Amino acid sequence: MSTFRSIVFSSVVAGFVVGAMVTVIQQFGTVPLILKAEVFEKAARPHRSEAAAAATQETVAAHDHAEHEHAAETWEPRDGLERNAYTAAANVLTAIGFALLLAAFFALRSGNAGSRVSWHEGLMWGLAGFSVFAIAPGLGLPPELPGVPAAPLLSRQIWWVVAAVATAGGLGLIFFRRSVPASIAGLILIMLPHLIGAPELEHVETNVPTSLSHQFVVAVTLTNLIFWSMLGGLTGVAFAHFDRDTSHANAT
Amino acid sequence: MSRTTVTHAEAGRLPIAAGQISRLAQSLMAMALGLFIVGVVGFSDIDVVHNAAHDVRHSNAFPCH
Repeated sequence: MSTFRSIVFSSVVAGFVVGAMVTVIQQFGTVPLILKAEVFEKAARPHRSEAAAAATQETVAAHDHAEHEHAAETWEPRDGLERNAYTAAANVLTAIGFALLLAAFFALRSGNAGSRVSWHEGLMWGLAGFSVFAIAPGLGLPPELPGVPAAPLLSRQIWWVVAAVATAGGLGLIFFRRSVPASIAGLILIMLPHLIGAPELEHVETNVPTSLSHQFVVAVTLTNLIFWSMLGGLTGVAFAHFDRDTSHANAT
Repeated sequence: MSRTTVTHAEAGRLPIAAGQISRLAQSLMAMALGLFIVGVVGFSDIDVVHNAAHDVRHSNAFPCH
């Protein structure tokens, strides 16, 4: 299981570093915007007219967070240190999860080519991850702040996954097949989920300012760009390191 | 007897082929583990998981209710 161990070790190392750094970056970028939006979200709730509330219930899986209606029933972290600690943990876990994907690809690449993945190749893979998991799903489902109503959750999750899988498949066809028909098929595959269209509401009623939502889209996209660039580069370096160690151990 | 005899060239290739298959299997296992972790943190419907990972879901543009 030496390859698996190298993949897991390198992913955990890269995941901890990138998860911690992104947590700090989020404190300046996305988190202040989420907190601002929650002020609008909470302010809107008592004043919402019954008609609007009824309409929302009919058509919307509103952006209802458990904190508003199930405060007594469901646990949630307290604002401040506790909330940020859970955010940090979730960031580290997300980074480890995505790093496992990257390192697994590095293992296949270096196994086939017999050469190690450099930080630069890792960075390229990171940017591919950024395209697959941030740009493509975000094009149809832009990053949303709390308090902004959206289409039913499950339909959005399904579309998100379809967009990511189609983009990954399309990029794979373009980069690895290197033929004109495969490249055209790849491009069509990338465009397909967007031509079908992401689930959206006909009427969105929110008191969260548009400028705040726009700032949030920019903040999320830039944070994701940093996340994926660092994750790609660091996972590449870490995997080359651990994989070399295990191949030494096997040889002796 | 001759059917089961393996030539030197074939014998040289076998461990490499077996090693690559094992590398493929282990890589696929790692991918499955990675997707599972991202799935739980980003997509799980359990309220406690949602509340704990709330800010991360928004910051990563995962669909969030």
